[in-house]
Formats: sequence, structure tokens, C-alpha cells
Amino acid sequence: MNKTLLIIKREYLTRVKKKSFILMTFLGPLLMVGIMVAAVMLSLSESGKQSVLVVDKTPGMLTKDLFKESADYKYFYSDKDLSDEEFKESEYTLMLYLNERFVETDAAAIYYKKLPSFKVMKTLESQMEEILEGYKLRVSGILPSVYARINTNINLVPKDIDKKTEKSYDRELAIVGFAFSFLIYIFIFLYGSQVMRGVIEEKTTRIVEVIVSSVKPFQLMLGKILGVAMVGLTQFLLWVFLSASLFFVAQATILKDKYNPQEMVQEQVSKKMASEMQMELKQQEDTQMVFEILNRINFPVMIGMFIFYFLGGYLLYAALFAAIGAAVDNETDTQQFMLPVTIPLIFGLMVGEFAITNPEGPAAFWFSLFPLTSPIVMMMRVAIGFDAGNVWQLVLSMALLIATFFGVVWMAAKIYRTGILMYGKKVSYKELWKWLRFKN
Amino acid sequence: MNILEVSNVSKKYEAHQALTDINLNLEKGKILGLLGPNGAGKTSLIRIINQITAPDSGTVTFNGEKLERKHVEEIGYLPEERGLYRKMKIGEQAIYLTQLKGFSRADAVKKLRPWFEKFDLNQWWDKKIEDLSKGMAQKVQFITTVVHEPKLLILDEPFSGFDPINAQLVRDEIKVLKEKGISIMLSTHNMASVEEICDEVYLINQSKNVLQGTVHELQNQFFDQSYKVSFDASATDLNSAAFQAHCQKVELNPNNESMKITLNEGVELNQFLGSALASINIKEVKPLIPSMNDIFIKAINDQKR
Repeated sequence: MNKTLLIIKREYLTRVKKKSFILMTFLGPLLMVGIMVAAVMLSLSESGKQSVLVVDKTPGMLTKDLFKESADYKYFYSDKDLSDEEFKESEYTLMLYLNERFVETDAAAIYYKKLPSFKVMKTLESQMEEILEGYKLRVSGILPSVYARINTNINLVPKDIDKKTEKSYDRELAIVGFAFSFLIYIFIFLYGSQVMRGVIEEKTTRIVEVIVSSVKPFQLMLGKILGVAMVGLTQFLLWVFLSASLFFVAQATILKDKYNPQEMVQEQVSKKMASEMQMELKQQEDTQMVFEILNRINFPVMIGMFIFYFLGGYLLYAALFAAIGAAVDNETDTQQFMLPVTIPLIFGLMVGEFAITNPEGPAAFWFSLFPLTSPIVMMMRVAIGFDAGNVWQLVLSMALLIATFFGVVWMAAKIYRTGILMYGKKVSYKELWKWLRFKN
Repeated sequence: MNILEVSNVSKKYEAHQALTDINLNLEKGKILGLLGPNGAGKTSLIRIINQITAPDSGTVTFNGEKLERKHVEEIGYLPEERGLYRKMKIGEQAIYLTQLKGFSRADAVKKLRPWFEKFDLNQWWDKKIEDLSKGMAQKVQFITTVVHEPKLLILDEPFSGFDPINAQLVRDEIKVLKEKGISIMLSTHNMASVEEICDEVYLINQSKNVLQGTVHELQNQFFDQSYKVSFDASATDLNSAAFQAHCQKVELNPNNESMKITLNEGVELNQFLGSALASINIKEVKPLIPSMNDIFIKAINDQKR
């Protein structure tokens, strides 16, 4: 069997068999889904049942009996103030206070014992708006049907001059791309440092000289990098698979009745006077948008590019991490060399974050070409897509990444080869420069 | 036929000259002792033979061929700085290292089992190195060095870390390997072992060849005509002119029954004995053969001057 393959196999198996790997692989998705479920549960459960005392001081109590009751909302009306003590001791959860000038000011206050959720506030607000608008229409003698026709909502649609027929979703697409970028970032950090620790381990246990008497240092380095890459891919795929299945299970059981995205969207967009038709339209538009975004993403290209930049970025950085591991005697000495490696990585993520708002700006352009940041930044641009005239940028970025990869591996291999056999020496950058020039 | 020939090998690391025109031959089936103080260049030379590094100039031939990558499978190397993966089971680890020498997994297991038996390690097969004593870890290390039956074995300080009993076990095993026809290059500071098992000795110092020869040749070369002369104390007159005429040095041992003499250059033992017998009653005369330890120290100190 090829010796590099043997090394890859060992690196892979020893890591995959580790308790910490198994634990993280299963705990990771549990944690992720747990957090999501908890977030949904919290945002839903906190609203609970509300009994609202509406203290209506307007002339003729104009809101009386007009709030729509439901299973979660009970309304009580009064034109008399309640003292603070009385409210505290009462059964009411909320006290809505409408003063005499409510009609003119459009303002009201809500007193609470426990801060009401955003959703509760929105429900009350929209009910009040509906009631007040109804009142105003009546006073002005305008028919609701007339108002529905007059009421205007402008929808400004951004359109790329080159893609006039399509609606632009660049920002949304950039966010999708950024999610991929973030994955690449995490992967590089997590597994790049594993490579480094692996090299340090071989150095401190002194097994490295035994091994390089059988294989070339380069084979050992490459085997370790590739072995760890496979560990990362395994963990990543397991996470995706486990998270997805766990989430489906959670959705089907725990959140069965509570979590219904459709309903939530509906509630948010439901407007006081909006006709049924308008609501349906809006809803359709939302669904359409999701589909359109999904349609706009060229998935074969996206996934292909993801794998390319995922591996390209990882391999590039892992080689650097391996060189660092070889240059030092223990992990505490890695600090001085880690900084220049982590800075471009963090910088790439920052540029990516800014570029969400301006995915076609100069920062996104240049740093999607620069090989140390391109794996992170380019994913966003890939998500948005390239015009035929701009494809060269993608090709150039990929070519630069490949070229840099070979350059960095060549350099890292030189440092690695000298470093792994060097013990008890505090290494400086000057020393590393010397190693680069050593012959074999 | 030489298994290994090193000719005019030099190696420089930036300003540091590690090896200068080193020459060395190892005959098939023999044990070569590579001696030298710390920093003399032994490890640099060994790494070149193991193709971990390459020489700047000079050549290395293995079994008559120019040293190449394929030869790593015919060389076994036990480095001075050695260790094993701490978290890996020793059986798996031994299999892995054997596979790296070009064996299939099944063959590796087949070859390893008898060695584990011999070194009494079988019940530890599934244990991790961190659960083993240092001596046991060294045994595992030794096994992984020799298990693929290399033609050439390079042992750098093989006895360090072993107690006297296990060190003897290793020494005996080295002899057994030699009987099997394996050539061995042994680098050690343990001079007693050198005398016991080395056929030929190379001493290098400050990157250069200093001495070379069999232990016997070197002992002859460094023999300074010193003898221990035992005599009957009752009939002794040490001031006798015979001593003074033939010896450059005379040291009487405190018990008055023996002395150490060093003959003048050109004086034969018989000449000395002839005149000494007249004054003392000699019971025994023994040449004081220098130990490898003495030779080592003397050669290095001579070079310093």
C-alpha cells in the first residue's frame, strides 16, 4: 500500500475513533438543534395567555368590545383608572391605557407585570390600529372598500441593469454565501490547528525521526493534512445529516403545534385594513421570493465551488499550520507564528461580513482574488453569481489559490523538514528564513 | 563486500560544518561502532545514511548501489531521540511502523508476534504506550526497528533507557542479529559494549574522521608500553638502576606488591625483565591494554592540542 495512504489512514482512524470526536459529532447537532428548539420554544411560550384590561378614557369609550378575543387573549374594558396596587393584585397581565386624546395622538401606554413579548405587542398594536382606522374612516365618511383602494404600499424593486427581467436578490444571496464562508472559516480554524497539534505531538514524542526514516517528511506532512481533512469532512457531513434529521424529528414532535412558519409570517404581515386578497398576495410574494432565491443559486456550481474553496483554503492554511507545528517544541511557543496566519483568516471573515451590504464593491473584489482570503470572501460572490463577462475573476481567483497552495506547500515542506528534527531550540523568523534556503 | 560505503561526505548547515570529508566502510555482517563526543557529527551522518537529509558532497553506496529511496526498506533505524505515539495501542503502532517499511498488515502481524513473545510483551499488545514503563516502551521501539529484517541496522544509543538486565538482553539480541548476517552500525557512548560487540570502530570529532580500526588494532595503537608488574615484596630494591634505565615512569602500588611501569621508547619488555629479575622476584607481568574509554578520551584530548 502506498505509504502516504497509510499515513492518511492512521491520521483518520486515530482521530475518528477518539471519544472526543464521537462526542462532538453527536453533541454538536444536539446542541445546535437544542438551541434552535429552545429559541423557538422561548419565543412562543413566553407569550402565554394574556388578560388585558383596556382602560379607555376616550369620549364614549371608542374601543369598547372591539378587540378580537382569542384563546390566548381576553379583554376587559373599563373607563376608570386602576391604582398601581390594584393592578398588581388583579388577575390582569397587562393594562392598556388609552387617554382622552388617543384619537389625536395615536399613542397609548401599556403597563405590565412581566414584560410582554414582541409578538404580544405587535398583536395589540395592530388591533388598536385597526380599531382606530375604522373609527377615523367612519368619522370621515369613507367606505372601507374605498380606503382599501386608496391605501398605497410602494414596493421598490432593485433591478440589475444586466438582468432586467429578474428581480435582484443580491443581498439575500450574499447572506446565503456568507453562511458557506463562515463554515469554511470554522473548518480551517478547527482542523488547521488539529494538524498543528498533530505535528507538535509527533515532535514531542520523538516518533517523527523513526517515521521519516521510512517515508519522506513531505509524505508525512501531506498524509497528516489530508487525513485531518477527511476527519473534518466526515464530521461536517455527519453534522449536516444528524442536525437535519434531528430538526425534522423535533419539528414533528416537540414543536408540532407551535412552530408553523407560514402562520408566523402571516401574523407579521397581517395589516389592519388589508384585505384577504392583499394578504394572500404578500404571502405568495414571500414564498415566491424564497423559491426565486433558491432558483437563482446555481447549486451544482455553488456546491462545486464550496468544495473547491473549502479544500483549497483548508489545504493552504493547514500547510502553514503544519510548518508552525514543526518549528516549535510545544504549543505555548506557537503564539508568535500563529498571529500572521490567523490575521488574514479573521480579516477575510470581516471583509465578508461587510461585503454582504456591498457584494460588488472593491473590497469584495480584491479580497475574493487574494488567496489567503478568497476561500472566505469568494463564496458570497459565487452565491450571487457571475456574469459571463466576470467569470474571469472566478477563474483567476481559483488559479491564484491553486498556485499559492503549491507555493505555500513547498515552503511549508522546507520548514517542516528541518523543523521536525530540531529540538530544544527557540526558533525565530530569521531562523525560519534560513531553513527555507537549506538544501535537502 | 561492503554493505555501506561512505566516501568524502560533507554537510554544512549555514555556518555550522557538520561533516567534513567523512569516510567509512561497513563490511557485510559486521558491527561498526561509530564513536565521537556530543556534537561530533554522528547524528548528521546517520541521518544522511537514512536519507533524512542529503550530503552536500560525497557519495554513499548501499550494497554496491548508489543509495536510493528504495533502500529505506532494507535499513532499520533506532534514533537517539526516539518515541512512540502515546495514545496508540502498541500492537497497532508496531503494525503501522512495520507497514511503513513496506509490509502488508497480515505480514506485519505475523512478523511482530514472535518478537513480542521474545520480549515478553504479548499481554501488552492492546495497551497504550502511556500505560507502559519506559523500559517496555524501549523494547517496543527496538522491535519496530528490527522486525522487517533489514540488511543494515543503525542503532543510535540503543542501550539508553534500559536497566543492566535489559541492556544485556539488547546486546545479546544484537549479537543474534549479527549471526543472522545483518550488518550493524552502532553509535554509543557505552564503551564496554563497544569492546564487547564491535568489529570495527570509527571515531569522529569536530566533523572529521579521527580514528579507525578494530578494537584490537586501536588498543595496540594506543598501547603505551605500560605493564603491571607483580612481585614478591620481601625481596625488593626499587632503587635499582634497571628500573630507571628502561622505564620512563614507575608507580609503586600502595600495597608494595605490584607496580605500574611504562617502558622507554624502543625498550623491549625482555630487556626490562632481564635487568629487573636481578633485583626483584617477579610473579606476574601483565600488559596494561587501554580500554576503549581510555582511547576515546586520549584521542579526543590529543586532537584538542
